[in-house]
Amino acid sequence: MNLVAENLSYKPDKQFHLNEVSFNFKKGNIYTILGRTLSGKTTLLKTIAGLLTPNSGEMQFEDKDFLKVPVWERNIAMVYQQFINYPHLNVFENVAFPLKQRKVDNQEINDVVLKSLKSVGLEGYENRKIQELSGGQQQRVSLARSLVKNAKILLLDEPLVNLDYKLREQLREEFKNIFSQGLSEESIVIFSTTDPREAMELNGEVIVLDEGKVLQVGSAKEIFENPKTLKVAEISNDPPMNILQANIDTNQIKFEGIEVNAPNHLNNVKDKNFNLGIRASDIELSNNGFEFEVELAEISGSETLLHLKRGDAKIITSIEEVMNFNINDKVKINFKINKVYAFNEEGILASSPFGGSYV
Amino acid sequence: MGKLYKFLKYFFITFWAVFVVAPFLWAISTSFKDFNSVNGGATYIPWVDFEPKLEGWKVLIKSPANGGVDIVEPYFNSLFVTCTASLISIVLGTLSAYALSRFTFKAGFVKNNDITFFFISQRIMPPIVLSIPFFLFLGAINLLDSLIGLIVVYIVLLMPIAVWIMVDFFNKVPREIDETALIDGCNPYQAFFKVVLPNSIPGLIVAGMFCIIFGWIDFFFAFILTFTEVQLLPVKIVALNSSITPWWSLSASALVSVAPLIIVAFIVERYLSKGNLSGAIK
Repeated sequence: MNLVAENLSYKPDKQFHLNEVSFNFKKGNIYTILGRTLSGKTTLLKTIAGLLTPNSGEMQFEDKDFLKVPVWERNIAMVYQQFINYPHLNVFENVAFPLKQRKVDNQEINDVVLKSLKSVGLEGYENRKIQELSGGQQQRVSLARSLVKNAKILLLDEPLVNLDYKLREQLREEFKNIFSQGLSEESIVIFSTTDPREAMELNGEVIVLDEGKVLQVGSAKEIFENPKTLKVAEISNDPPMNILQANIDTNQIKFEGIEVNAPNHLNNVKDKNFNLGIRASDIELSNNGFEFEVELAEISGSETLLHLKRGDAKIITSIEEVMNFNINDKVKINFKINKVYAFNEEGILASSPFGGSYV
Repeated sequence: MGKLYKFLKYFFITFWAVFVVAPFLWAISTSFKDFNSVNGGATYIPWVDFEPKLEGWKVLIKSPANGGVDIVEPYFNSLFVTCTASLISIVLGTLSAYALSRFTFKAGFVKNNDITFFFISQRIMPPIVLSIPFFLFLGAINLLDSLIGLIVVYIVLLMPIAVWIMVDFFNKVPREIDETALIDGCNPYQAFFKVVLPNSIPGLIVAGMFCIIFGWIDFFFAFILTFTEVQLLPVKIVALNSSITPWWSLSASALVSVAPLIIVAFIVERYLSKGNLSGAIK
């Protein structure tokens, strides 16, 4: 009864858009596909929707060969990152469209549509033209349209990415509420995003996708605590996790002329040379720290992102307050050394502060 | 600067308006003249300069037996041929344009753009190149000098225009709209008729207008492919010109022949300002 795919590959030209993707999605759950742009998220969602036919692989849903079911019989819903609505219909007609297509009784359409519009906060907008709405409202209309259908599979392709910061925060909250109340145990929600914070917040199972390949599958917590590879660590952190070439010798970690005592959890690192991973938030300014040079300082919201350099090593740190720096300023920083990760030279997680290891 | 600009602006607008409208005024006044008023020097204002007569107009509807030229039948022939050919061109052209815009075709090195160019290339050739093949072709299937033969030829001439305009138009309609329609339970035909077509009305109107104009004003093929049985308006108007040039009835027939285009232009203008695609994708 689950949505099960095995080895889906899609290769329209020379490059793989999907490379042997397999998954097992259970009803009543939220799945987040996390990946950078062009990682194959949209391709995967379109394949599930039936808009693209994979070159090889199998997909089953409710004991049927799902790849043989045409799009219009799949009972799915999809929200695009662009705000896609029917421009020739007004808000009510837009939301009612899938129900009319199913020949639902008019009175019922009326009730369901009004309820759905209410749930996305668009009560009273029924007769507005789509063109008269703001971007956020347009996206709510498409969300309402995808909710009225009671679709068995709800696909959301970066639905928040084209909205401004404030609206995104607000809609993200609303999405969570809608998902927790409005969806039946019968539905699978698949949400794709580039933003690790979104993935963590939705708190479902996360599928990390890169260059069409599934890199890791696990709960949001698991991906955050024990990223399987360097790639996953980069993708699942914003700003990306800092990676430094380091070596370890008799409990001393050395990189770029810095020497620190290795924390206990790195005891099991066998290779002398390894990649040291540390999150931007685990680096702090400190008067008796190591000296780095400022390359760039950006203020984002209430925090400051510092791009720092020391020799060949480049790192990013986030500071929880707004501060001004000039380029080429010298700053002193310290690493929260018991929070560092170790990846071996192939980029596989060797040791994590949370005890995970894939070596 | 501002004043000079304003002056120049209105000067040129006025100049252009006079330039465009003057021939019409000339034709209107000439159509009410008779032989004497036309040849008695330049006159413009009726009742003052010359005595208005309806002779020029009457000739157009009188039968040849009564000394008239009877453009009524050619007029309706022209309307019928133009409208039928335009309608068929728009229907076929829109369907092929949609296919060219949405599906990928490949036959060896021939791809979508090549097929689109093939359509348009029919308009690149000078008409004279096509005239002999058309003549032989229609002769072979016994459609020379017939309305159906003319409609066939006009479809060949008009469909490229429809395809050209509609391919461009469909390319601007986001594909995601069709996809959403499919997801919402439409099969591909329903998606086309319920969603894509209603959003393409501005494009359809533009394409239709061009088809009607090009069909209506064509003289060349109407002249070559018809003899006595069937006549179209442009040919008939030219035929008015005999040993003496009947300026009055020529002017009158010119006015009736542009009338449909003026009506079309007014209708189209209203629709064009209404339709737009914003809101599909922002």
